[in-house]
Amino acid sequence: MKRVIVLLPLLLILSGCSGNWGWYVVDPTTTNGANNLHFMATGAYNTILMSLTAIIISVIAGLLVALPGLSEKKAWRAFNRTYVEIVRAVPILVLILWVYYGLPQLSGITLNVFWAGVFALALSDSAFQAEIFRAGIQSISKGQYEAAQSISLNYRDTMRYVILPQAIRRILPALGNQLVYMLKMSSLVSVIGMQELTRKANELVVSEYRPLEIYTILVLEYLVLILIVSSGVRWLERRMNSSEA
Amino acid sequence: MTDQPNLIEMRGVSKHFGDFQALKDVSLDVKLGERVVICGPSGSGKSTLIRCINRLEAHEAGEIVVDGVTLTQSQDSPDKIRGTVGMVFQQFNLFPHLTVLENLTLGPRRVLGLSEDEAKARAMLHLERVQIPDQADKLPRQLSGGQQQRVAIARSLCMEPRIMLFDEPTSALDPEMIAEVLDVMTELATSGMTMIVVTHEMGFARRVADKMVFMDKGEIVEVGTAEDVFTAPKSDRFAAFIKQILNH
Ligand SMILES: Nc1ncnc2c1ncn2[C@@H]1O[C@H](COP(=O)(O)OP(=O)(O)OP(=O)(O)O)[C@@H](O)[C@H]1O
Ligand SMILES: [Mg+2]
Repeated sequence: MKRVIVLLPLLLILSGCSGNWGWYVVDPTTTNGANNLHFMATGAYNTILMSLTAIIISVIAGLLVALPGLSEKKAWRAFNRTYVEIVRAVPILVLILWVYYGLPQLSGITLNVFWAGVFALALSDSAFQAEIFRAGIQSISKGQYEAAQSISLNYRDTMRYVILPQAIRRILPALGNQLVYMLKMSSLVSVIGMQELTRKANELVVSEYRPLEIYTILVLEYLVLILIVSSGVRWLERRMNSSEA
Repeated sequence: MTDQPNLIEMRGVSKHFGDFQALKDVSLDVKLGERVVICGPSGSGKSTLIRCINRLEAHEAGEIVVDGVTLTQSQDSPDKIRGTVGMVFQQFNLFPHLTVLENLTLGPRRVLGLSEDEAKARAMLHLERVQIPDQADKLPRQLSGGQQQRVAIARSLCMEPRIMLFDEPTSALDPEMIAEVLDVMTELATSGMTMIVVTHEMGFARRVADKMVFMDKGEIVEVGTAEDVFTAPKSDRFAAFIKQILNH
């Protein structure tokens, strides 16, 4: 946070003493500048919506992949390992291209740009979520399972009421990191034409020829989004810590 | 006592961990209302024995019958003795994210199907029994060790078990808190609960035990009334063990 506060004036000073900057393209006091800024900001809606949808799906998928990884049965664990290793090995950009252009040929299902992006982001992230959940659940002591068993809770209730509530508190910081990561990776969906922050900036650069200023604004847009997310996660952590050790 | 039916019957029970044999051909009967105290050196198989009774471990050979139900040698039949056997652990194992009251009502609500009000009423009853009704809304970490263990006892009692197992319930406690937990257990014994207690608290054993069991190296070496065993232990191993415990 402090670093940002130092960085901002630095950028402005740089712009003052160098002839290369032309802030007029994004000067909110002029009509054109204000329009341009508004145009860029409209991408935030899709960036946020796509990242949030993707993270919700990847958390659920990650949990569903993590549980077999904790099983005593070898076949279940093998499924978990295979999924994680394969999905983790594919670059996100490649996954986006494959889902958008490849999947329709393979399955006949055509996803629109938004859902192709969400699906690719969620799929890619689910492997990491699965590892986070597995480590989180494994960190809960054996005594908790035994206590649950001693009052005859079944597997589902043990997970739901005893293990997961404790595991989620422990992995919350890691889940926050994944959301930040997701916001950043969503910029890659611009390559298939998704109208999110990065795509809007690219389009503006094409019409205004001021990449330096426009991409600087783009950087700031991501920075603001991510700072909001991190402080939100920290607030949640504090709230949960005050109700539990 | 002698005319009571057997609540637990173990016949020739064996159990390995890898190559290591933790239980060797163990046989033990526990009658309805009987209070059994098990003692023995570390690693002698005391925990393994009682964990076989409530299915935390699966036995390999022999037969275990609990309240008329024969336990299979696989671990996936905890349903069969659901609610019959309660257990109290050395490390309490309370659910740290739930309040005392929530710790107590979880089982009755999810397993026994009680309504929230019924479960709460039952929980308060048992909290009063272990003498901490005023701590109902606290989290486990806000309680002392002795209080936590009493909550753990109350949590088991809320399931209305017919048998209570205790695995060294006072070993993790500071000395000044041991008495308050033993008092609750003594009260429970007086009320007629069938109990198996693994402990080295010999004063408690003398006061409460109908039957003393001494284990060593996975075997039951000696069984007798507390009176017999303390005044005239038959085996040298038990005599040596008691001497060592009392000198501590
Ligand atoms: N899950 C397990 N895996 C491997 N070995 C085990 C396991 N549980 C117990 N053992 C071994 O079995 C033996 C008996 O263990 P057990 O816990 O029953 O002893 P105990 O009499 O309760 O000892 P203590 O007084 O230390 O609690 C020990 O040697 C222990 O190392
Ligand atoms: Mg033990």
